[in-house]
Amino acid sequence: MKSSKNTWSAVFTRPVGIVGLVLVFALVVIAVIGPFVWGEAATATNTGNINAPDSGEYLFGTDSLGRDIFARVMVATRLSLVLALVATLIGLVIGLVIGSARILFGPIGGRIADVIINVTNAFPSLLMILFFAAVFGVSTIGAVMALALSTAPTFARLTWTLTASVEKLEYVDAAKVSGVSRPKILMRHVLPNVAEALILNATLSAGTALLAFGGLSFLGIGIQPPEFDFGRLLNEGFSQFYVNPVAVLGPAAAVVLAGLGFNLLGEAIAHSVSQRGEGAAAPKRPAKRSAEVTRLLQAKRKDADVLVVEDLKVSFGARGASVTPVRGVDIRLGAGQRVGIVGESGSGKSLTALAIADLIEAPGRVDVARREFSGHELDQMPAAERDTLLGKSLSVVFQNPMTSFNPIRRIGPQLGDGIRRHMGASKEEAHRRAVRRLEEVGIKQAEERLQKYPFEFSGGMQQRAMIAMGTMGRPRLIIADEPTTALDVTTQSRVLRLLKDLSERENAALLLISHDIAVIGKITDRVLVMYAGKVIEDLPSEDLAAKSVHPYTRALLSALPDLDTDRDQPLTVIPGRAPAPAEIGKGCPFAPRCDFATDKCREQEPELLPAGPVHTAACWHPVSANQATLPPSRASLLPMIDNEEMIK
Amino acid sequence: MNKSAIKSQPSTQKGWGARRSTETTLSSRLMMRRIGRRLLGFAGGIWLLLTLGFLMMHLVPGDPVRAALGKGASEEMVRQQREALGLEDPLIVQYVRFISDAVRGEFGTSLFTGQKVTDAISEQFGASLQLALLSFVVVILIAIPLGVVSAALTKGGRRRHFELGFTTSTVVIATVPSFILAQVLVYVFAVQLQWLPIAGNDGWESLILPVISLSVAPAAILARIVRVEVLAVLGEDFIRTARAKRMPGMWIYLREALPNAMTATLTIAGLMLAGLIAGTVLVESVFSWPGMGTSMVTSIRQKDYPMVQGMIIVYGLGVMITNVVVDIVLSAIDPRTALRRQESGK
Repeated sequence: MKSSKNTWSAVFTRPVGIVGLVLVFALVVIAVIGPFVWGEAATATNTGNINAPDSGEYLFGTDSLGRDIFARVMVATRLSLVLALVATLIGLVIGLVIGSARILFGPIGGRIADVIINVTNAFPSLLMILFFAAVFGVSTIGAVMALALSTAPTFARLTWTLTASVEKLEYVDAAKVSGVSRPKILMRHVLPNVAEALILNATLSAGTALLAFGGLSFLGIGIQPPEFDFGRLLNEGFSQFYVNPVAVLGPAAAVVLAGLGFNLLGEAIAHSVSQRGEGAAAPKRPAKRSAEVTRLLQAKRKDADVLVVEDLKVSFGARGASVTPVRGVDIRLGAGQRVGIVGESGSGKSLTALAIADLIEAPGRVDVARREFSGHELDQMPAAERDTLLGKSLSVVFQNPMTSFNPIRRIGPQLGDGIRRHMGASKEEAHRRAVRRLEEVGIKQAEERLQKYPFEFSGGMQQRAMIAMGTMGRPRLIIADEPTTALDVTTQSRVLRLLKDLSERENAALLLISHDIAVIGKITDRVLVMYAGKVIEDLPSEDLAAKSVHPYTRALLSALPDLDTDRDQPLTVIPGRAPAPAEIGKGCPFAPRCDFATDKCREQEPELLPAGPVHTAACWHPVSANQATLPPSRASLLPMIDNEEMIK
Repeated sequence: MNKSAIKSQPSTQKGWGARRSTETTLSSRLMMRRIGRRLLGFAGGIWLLLTLGFLMMHLVPGDPVRAALGKGASEEMVRQQREALGLEDPLIVQYVRFISDAVRGEFGTSLFTGQKVTDAISEQFGASLQLALLSFVVVILIAIPLGVVSAALTKGGRRRHFELGFTTSTVVIATVPSFILAQVLVYVFAVQLQWLPIAGNDGWESLILPVISLSVAPAAILARIVRVEVLAVLGEDFIRTARAKRMPGMWIYLREALPNAMTATLTIAGLMLAGLIAGTVLVESVFSWPGMGTSMVTSIRQKDYPMVQGMIIVYGLGVMITNVVVDIVLSAIDPRTALRRQESGK
């Protein structure tokens, strides 16, 4: 409730909230002064001027007794408002008592209340109003009670739901144990926690009650003459509707405006409650690169590469106030090549993967100097062609297999979608292929499995099915974003092995994203180490242990546990934390955590420079290829590219 | 990973449907048990409904017959009527008689017209149902496309002004009560323009205004809900999967997102249909529609308790049937619903 002050001020500054407030305020003012100002005119009969149409003197005309309808509307405001508020209040109290029955009356009372809440909520309130109107008879009190009882179920359910979380809180238990009476617990500990939601709902309910009273009195089973509310005026006006429609439209406008006031106010409250803490930022479209630059870049295209990405940037938020989690990444993948991107969370590795797969959505924004796939300049292709190309030959394996399948479609059709769409496969072809692919990833009884829903698969099986889905077409590139994070260790190895086999067999390039440098080392040819949105080292996987030079890469490696690690000691961790995108300033982003950092590091950000024949690193003080920093036992575990035992 | 097995097994099955048969038996058994439990719950609900209907007359403060006949009626008349209604018998006898009559479709006779309640209701029932169902169809046809389109337009925080306009205008529209909208429509289209009949039930033209009056506000509310639900589903991982498969936008909205958004949507739509059934009462009054609503209001004003009892029970029955139908449709859309209930039922 810390920011509830902001919530309320947000209500008062939004146009919707202001209009709502003005309407409700006007309603209250008219309700207070109405009977004094217009009381006489409202009841003064004038038989010489009955059923008069609207005029300057009588804004809404006169009724069958010659009374000024406008004055009557103004006077009726008080009764309409009071009745609606009273009914809402009674409903609120009844609902509160039923809804907190568990706390007030113990478990048995709670169970009874649960049944009452479920049954009463299933019935439309109008039906309940009619029921109670029949019971209480046609009278003001009857109408109020009918309305109160028909709003009670909503409040009861709301209170029930809200208190379910509150009553588990320790201080409520503590209060129970220390013998505080149940009503006191409710007043002191429960109510303050549910008050906000109840106020919001009461605001909306007051509007609904006002309108419902209108309906009830309109039907002639609400307020009875000589008293009159908005609905009663509607009822009276209806008889002369065809002669003098303004006699109906006037009170109708009053009812609608009054109800609208409460509804808009409630809407504004609900909106600011839901917006709380949500830092909204307006997204923008990426800028288009000039055609000339494109041509220049295309001229030096290398056909053998499956993927060429140059100066890839991903940013969020409006220009000027935007953050850029990916700050310029170059990636080149040859056919069948397996490259890993490793980095801590927040390093921008997953966003890089998503950007390559063209899956960044607003409010994210991608700027790239060049993005080429299988020899096609992606940003220059018509959307339809690009979709077909990527649909056929780019597949993505996501981190959470459990949520990455559509939960209410069978697995089979989900596997078949892509090739049916992009390769014109028939249902039967797609099915046959899906069976084969599922079997290839080691799922038995594939025929039957295809008829199952995702929730009938285990996590590991879902991930294998996801990989099978990635091979339905003719993949040239498989992007696997943390494909094993959600899986247990045994399953992890199988999935990694599977990805490697697939890439070999299909001659598909593999881009493997992971925070785990050991996973990367196992199955890739090359590793890109990312930090703070940039690649800081790029080298062959087999050289990782022996030849990596960036202090960050070295730190990642020495943080790896192995068989000799003393389990009683905490794992080595890199001190400090990676900077958030907004915190990146000048200098090397790793400098604050780096043992070798100098003033130069803090002043100037290093570029990627050659550190060997096929090796680049962005560091002013590269660690010399010094085995001493890594114990021999650990070095022997790396590279694991040849160490098939680890995977099996 | 047995590679030889993979290569040597050409699939002989014909397609997705080939293996359906075993699946069907399993899920249909699950379905049967589920339907069985629903029927049991339904019977319980009916009993509750009948009991409430019975209690209604006995909850009336004072003597309902005296209230009905008015102060002018003689003691003798009141006594006779009480006897005719069986109100002199012990409560438990009355209750058993009421329930057993009700099960056979007997709700007594009207205190004023002397007509059998069941006959009166069956004369009026069709007209009301027609109105409610037609309005429901209109609500669905308007709300779902509107909700999906506005979700598509405001996805990812785009078009803030459109979003504000949409949410605000739906609140405003939802505020206008059906019976007031009905009168405005009558004034414009029947009185001024004279395109459509003012009242009564005389061919399809006379359905237009009542149906519009009933469906506009619920459609606005439902469109809002559809938008929020679709937006929530669009943020799910499996939507990203579908995009990674480069499925077209239409497919993603209609085939992937919409069915997943239907659970909440249909639950609320079900409540709305129930609300529409009751809502006919108000609109029928405006259009002098020869349905149950009109005679319900008259009966409440006249304190014609047997009539009110019978009609409350019929309305309630309509609500209950709606809930069951929604439940069945939901489990057909989302297979997890059936499973969840199955597990929690054990």
